[in-house]
Amino acid sequence: MNYHWNWHIFFEPNPMGTGNYLDMLLSGLRLTVETAVLAWIIALAFGIVVGVLRTLPSRTASWIGFAYVEFFRNMPLLVQLFLWFFVLPELLPRAAGLWLKQLPNAPFWTAAIGVGLFMSARVAVQLQAGIGSLPRGQRMAATALGLTTVQTYRYVLLPMAFRIILPPLTSEFLNTIKNTAVAITIGLLELTGEARSMEEFSFQVFEAFTAATVMYLLLNVIVVTAMRLLERRVAVPGYITGK
Amino acid sequence: MLGNFDFDVIRRSLPYLFYEGMTFTVMLTALAATGGLIVGTLIALMRLSGYRLLGRIAGLYVDFIRSLPLVLVIFWFYFLVPYIGQWLTGASRPIKVGAFSSSLITFIMFEAAYFSEIMRAGIQSISRGQPAAAQALGLNYWQTMRYVVLPQAFRNMVPVLLTQTIVLFQDTSLVYVLSITDFLGAASKVAQRDGRLVEMYLFAALVYFTISCVASFAVRRLQTRIAVLR
Repeated sequence: MNYHWNWHIFFEPNPMGTGNYLDMLLSGLRLTVETAVLAWIIALAFGIVVGVLRTLPSRTASWIGFAYVEFFRNMPLLVQLFLWFFVLPELLPRAAGLWLKQLPNAPFWTAAIGVGLFMSARVAVQLQAGIGSLPRGQRMAATALGLTTVQTYRYVLLPMAFRIILPPLTSEFLNTIKNTAVAITIGLLELTGEARSMEEFSFQVFEAFTAATVMYLLLNVIVVTAMRLLERRVAVPGYITGK
Repeated sequence: MLGNFDFDVIRRSLPYLFYEGMTFTVMLTALAATGGLIVGTLIALMRLSGYRLLGRIAGLYVDFIRSLPLVLVIFWFYFLVPYIGQWLTGASRPIKVGAFSSSLITFIMFEAAYFSEIMRAGIQSISRGQPAAAQALGLNYWQTMRYVVLPQAFRNMVPVLLTQTIVLFQDTSLVYVLSITDFLGAASKVAQRDGRLVEMYLFAALVYFTISCVASFAVRRLQTRIAVLR
């Protein structure tokens, strides 16, 4: 290979004047984490509501949940981000559209909301499966005890369902982190974006991408370890997910 | 607002969108799914082979690829493939690789990691008696896999494999980052040329949505039919 390796590149000043190239990548990493965390909060909030909707006895409720999931699952994430970023401001009344376009950090908010809603459909499917995997007796017992529907979900179904779906939720959270990289297309300088611009400025392609790869791997390891700890802490002894 | 929605720009660009763009997207999806399935099955066989080292290598590859964003992998292969080609052919400089082959290699290697997990689950779902019976009949390892285990594993996993292919179909839109003219790339080029972002992106969304919806509906029907047969 006649590629010119230069691992010292990370400690050379970047053309933006914000320190060296490593600082550039680290700021990208920070933005990736921030976007992913906000997106995950949105995904959980909407995913829980929709997942519960799909398991309610009401026909209408479960149909709304179904439509929501199909809507967000059947379009590429990239297209969804374009819709939020380029199309939505044009469809709103003029003043609101202008306000949206001039919002500082528009790519960040678009990415967080876009990825969040995209992932919420997946969270909803997981939660629906989790609630569905509980024995029917649980819901019946709650009803027999005189709990209302809200109480049944709050105290009986959801606590157990969440414990069951913790492992798949972990991988959905990892997917959320990975999916923030798609936001490079709307100009968000997250980790992949920073690696790309480092490559363009310094021509050290493989060093830049290696560093980004290592950072993504570390992020993965941290999340997986944290979720394992959480799983162990919330495990109910003697039950499906306990020991 | 929708008042000055220009349907004509869509009508005018239809041939370009579908002949250039959708052909690329569908070809890439089909070839990457086939290639990914073949490589993925090999990886799954490596993981289940019982050879420690082979299994470890395959496992590491799968975990590695699965913890990286597709966009980053696309960039990796885009820059790496010319060098690998140079190394393989012994050329004096990095070889030129076209947009299509570069993205095809990327998607095959990326999807192989995901398909391998599906095939692994499929192979493990076959009862132990099957390979044991095959061996008793005197079949060797490859014959056992070829005639007994893999056909059943594949059949059991068809719905999951197809669902993953639908995901792949949507993911191919990410070649946008290399300015390749796939369906979304074509739509985006027209959109920027004519200043018609709203029309083109809404239309692209509608097309992706319709195709994915119909396909996942078909998969669901297939799933129930297979379930009844078994």
